[in-house]
Amino acid sequence: MIYILQQSLNALQLGSIYALIALGYTMVYGILTMINFAHGDLFMVGAFFGFMAALAFKLPFIPTLLISMIGVGLLGVAIERVAYKPLRQAPRVSAIITALGVGIFLENLTLVFYPYPQSVPQLLQNITWTIGGVTVSSLQIIIILMSLGLMVLLDFIVRRTMVGMAMRAVSWDKTIVPLMGVPVNLVISITFAIGTSLGGAAGVMYSQAFPVIDPYMGIMIGWKAFISAVVGGIGNIRGAMIGGFILGGVEIMVAAFLPSTYRDFVAFTLLLVLLIFRPYGILGQPRPQKV
Amino acid sequence: MKKGLLFVSFLIILSLVLSGCGGAGGGADTIRVGLVAELTGDIPAVGASCKNAAEMAVAEINDAGGLDIGGKKYKVELFIEDNAGKADQSASAAQKLITQQNVVAIIGPNASRYAIPASEIAESSKVVLISPWSTNPKTTLDAKTDASKKYVFRAAFIDPFQGRVIARFALDNLKATRAAVLYDVASDYNKGIAEFFKATFEGSGGTVVAFETYTTGDKDFTAQLTKIKDTNPDVVFLPNYYSEVPLQIQQAKRLGITVPFLGSDSWGSAELITLCGTDCESYYFSTHYAADNATPVAKGFIDAYTAKYGNTPDDVAALTYDSFGLLWQALKAAGKIDRQAVRDALAKIPNFEGVTGTMQFAEGSGDPIKSAVILQIVNGKFVFFANANP
Repeated sequence: MIYILQQSLNALQLGSIYALIALGYTMVYGILTMINFAHGDLFMVGAFFGFMAALAFKLPFIPTLLISMIGVGLLGVAIERVAYKPLRQAPRVSAIITALGVGIFLENLTLVFYPYPQSVPQLLQNITWTIGGVTVSSLQIIIILMSLGLMVLLDFIVRRTMVGMAMRAVSWDKTIVPLMGVPVNLVISITFAIGTSLGGAAGVMYSQAFPVIDPYMGIMIGWKAFISAVVGGIGNIRGAMIGGFILGGVEIMVAAFLPSTYRDFVAFTLLLVLLIFRPYGILGQPRPQKV
Repeated sequence: MKKGLLFVSFLIILSLVLSGCGGAGGGADTIRVGLVAELTGDIPAVGASCKNAAEMAVAEINDAGGLDIGGKKYKVELFIEDNAGKADQSASAAQKLITQQNVVAIIGPNASRYAIPASEIAESSKVVLISPWSTNPKTTLDAKTDASKKYVFRAAFIDPFQGRVIARFALDNLKATRAAVLYDVASDYNKGIAEFFKATFEGSGGTVVAFETYTTGDKDFTAQLTKIKDTNPDVVFLPNYYSEVPLQIQQAKRLGITVPFLGSDSWGSAELITLCGTDCESYYFSTHYAADNATPVAKGFIDAYTAKYGNTPDDVAALTYDSFGLLWQALKAAGKIDRQAVRDALAKIPNFEGVTGTMQFAEGSGDPIKSAVILQIVNGKFVFFANANP
């Protein structure tokens, strides 16, 4: 029982990171029906921004997190303007290839500055408690709570504010909505800013939990977050959160009760089976194709 | 337009003809040697040490006027290729050095997962390859027949030996009876050494209570470590690279694992201390040489290296330097710059005294017979703890 509780806590921590990154994929997909494959690398850049801010300004955790979120958000907007906007009318494949290219560019740019793995300074005081045999660290709690907080905030923005309404409108129809006076480009920029800054936040928190960072750290976790988004129903924000926690949970529990070599194999097989029965993801709705 | 094309094709043909003229391994007065190193990718500190030591070994020869072969002095020309921490790029780098740069021998790659693919190319092209740091047995063995490769050598001891040394150390010195292992199942080196450790440890009366895996690039090991904690081991063995070990130890401590951790020669980079901070303090690992317990030969190397680069050479640097030492001795013994002659001379080297101890190649094999040391991490330094003979 203690063992299961301990593993559940591990699963919550991993799942909340996946969920935060998955939100970036799903938001961009929702508004542009495009998969931003550079998102995993923006997560990595977020970790490095946090690392640089922590080294240069010696700030505590929250300001460092904000600096990284703002930095990555601006970078996301710039990438959208420079790389994706000119391709908005081009076939989807062109945009996806461009996104992959942007990702590789970001990796190699970081590699120029930091060819070696870097050790991230501890910004959060780490206290561990043992409650009834379960070891809980303050870091775990902070990561889980911060992620949940950011997700609730995002959900509020999208569902309850004007900006959120504009986002949903643009996502619904890009031809009619501008005629109603919605500034489409601005809304797309805001979506990119929010989505990528959540990736940046995930990067900073991840690098606090696992304090060795390198330019390739975003690749695998980016793929996994993308899968989370698909499982939850890509384009659906609550779906991305659920997908993240499901993938984190499945991964940890497979490693917990089966030989850990089977972890990715079993985890991804389960997800494939799930997609056979719900091809649009857990919360996804099939969109009728207009011919 | 057509003329231009003709001219270009003429140039291409000319360059092909010219490069074919050189003969294997050298122009008139130079010895062409290739180096494949992990300059970028997941273990760049390894590549950097390797490159530093290689450049130092070559500079020493060239500063002395060249290497004396058959009464004539030859300068050494070093061709460095980055394998970017990728298996396919290791093979293509070896291919490039052999066919385009026309080298007489290749030193590197270091990690077994890169040395194995590169060694296949060297073997099929009949060019000597000496891997400084690769310890997986497969590097020098033919994948199909399990016979020794003819052209592949190494300067390091092999994993069965290292696995045995650490297992014995855990049993005898730490009095451990229950061991847990966490290793990277996607990497030849980690996988090999974990299995050899397990075999010896269980063969000598211990129990391996957890044998857990992950794949390269993972950063979250909490599921496996929670499982390890649940099995209550006396010691945890982490035969993984220096960039991952700090994360594993930090997470283990956060989960409340307090038993000693053990490592293998992949720990032996100064980067380990940088990434670990004080978390790796007092733990042990096996490696090739101890900088603070050096023979006179090693002392000379350590002083020269420290003077040139400003830091103590790690095991990769020492083994790279020894790989070049082996190559120089083989070239001298061969008496000519010829790929086949170098190979034959290298296999017969009687007793090479290197920085990492004396070595010679076992009959018909590319694996040297040599000893290992156990180091302990004390105040952020690697300190000699014990010797382990073959």
